Amino acid sequence: MIFRPNTASGVPIYLQLMEQVKHAIETGALRAGDQLPGIRPLAEQLVINPNTVAKAYRELEHEGVIELRHGAGAFVTGAAREKKLTDRLKAGQSIVAATVDKLRSRGVTEAEIRRLFEAELTRLTVKGDHRG
Amino acid sequence: MADGFAIETADLRKAYDGVEALRGLTLAVPAGSICGFLGRTGAGKTTTIKILLGMARPTAGRATVLGLPVDSSASSVAIRRRTGFVGDDKGLYDAMTVRGMVRHTASFYPRWNRELEEKYLRKFELGAERGIKTLSRGMRTKLAMLLALCRGADLLVLDEPTTGLDPAATEDVLQALVGHAAEHGTTVFFSSHQLADVEQIADHVVIIDRGRTAVAGSLDDMKQNYRRIQLVFDGDAPAYTFQSRGVERVTRAGRVMTVLSSAGIDGVLGEARQLYPASTDSTPVTLKDIFLDTVAVED
Repeated sequence: MIFRPNTASGVPIYLQLMEQVKHAIETGALRAGDQLPGIRPLAEQLVINPNTVAKAYRELEHEGVIELRHGAGAFVTGAAREKKLTDRLKAGQSIVAATVDKLRSRGVTEAEIRRLFEAELTRLTVKGDHRG
Repeated sequence: MADGFAIETADLRKAYDGVEALRGLTLAVPAGSICGFLGRTGAGKTTTIKILLGMARPTAGRATVLGLPVDSSASSVAIRRRTGFVGDDKGLYDAMTVRGMVRHTASFYPRWNRELEEKYLRKFELGAERGIKTLSRGMRTKLAMLLALCRGADLLVLDEPTTGLDPAATEDVLQALVGHAAEHGTTVFFSSHQLADVEQIADHVVIIDRGRTAVAGSLDDMKQNYRRIQLVFDGDAPAYTFQSRGVERVTRAGRVMTVLSSAGIDGVLGEARQLYPASTDSTPVTLKDIFLDTVAVED
């Protein structure tokens, strides 16, 4: 399993790790019942803070994506979720593809599209913080 | 260390010959965290570390390390027994071999960990019989790290541990730190000019500027809450003072106003609406941006 957070990005590392675990589940690289690396080995392998890995795992458990079994480690939960996520993702991808096509046909460049998406996600992230 | 703070200072001041190196420094390092200590050269980082380890006395203010006051000689000894320190000169004796230096240091620490010693001698490829005089800069740092890690310290204080190291040696040192912190719950407090190192392994950050704390807190919180907001106007950007919480810096250049916010974008954007900007945009902010925007540019 390959996780690769970009530590110099403006996005907190624990959020990146959470996304990478979810992505691995969505692509089938991780399946229900699979064990995630332990906190310490993963922190050492990625050379990142162990508290950051622990935080990502805690949040993933809170979202029901993984299960922390005391002393045994972290495991991917329920199989139903994988398929649902995959379908959802496929549907999302076609929406994104259509939107990108439309923007390009109006002369918006790739770099500009990327910026638009990032700005929108940033806006959402900030709003999300206020709710939580 | 369980809960609480491994290091706490309140309004710490230090003057050398009337020149103030620290001008009311307040900081708190949570136990079990890896805390990056940042600031420009001359901001007061080394002075702070010296005070924490009892090598200098504060002119005023209060500081505790592992719950012990730094300015009584009895507790200062206890602090140093429970703290591993790697300073600029590394405290190594050139006449000794690696093994000799290790044995010499081990004799002072009853909690010395022989297993760790063997592990790091192998991992750092130090070569036990080599003379210290023949070690490269990276090797000297690794040996000093080994001596600090094996004494069973509750706190590691490191003054620019990766300065002058090549990327491979830097990664070895950082990996030893995160591995050690994960296994032993040791608090790590390290000063650095390498923002990338701090972003990689720190969960807390303290940025000081001219003897005072400029920014301090959890790195995740900073990355989630700091945003750079750009407002573009049809004419010149108006002179305007924001009332919103968390507005750290506002710059104007022609039609563009840039706002650095430490409290998200909603407050600033809500207020900016009444200025009728032609467009608004916001981007996340890296530690480097925060550093450059919060420390004084002029000396």
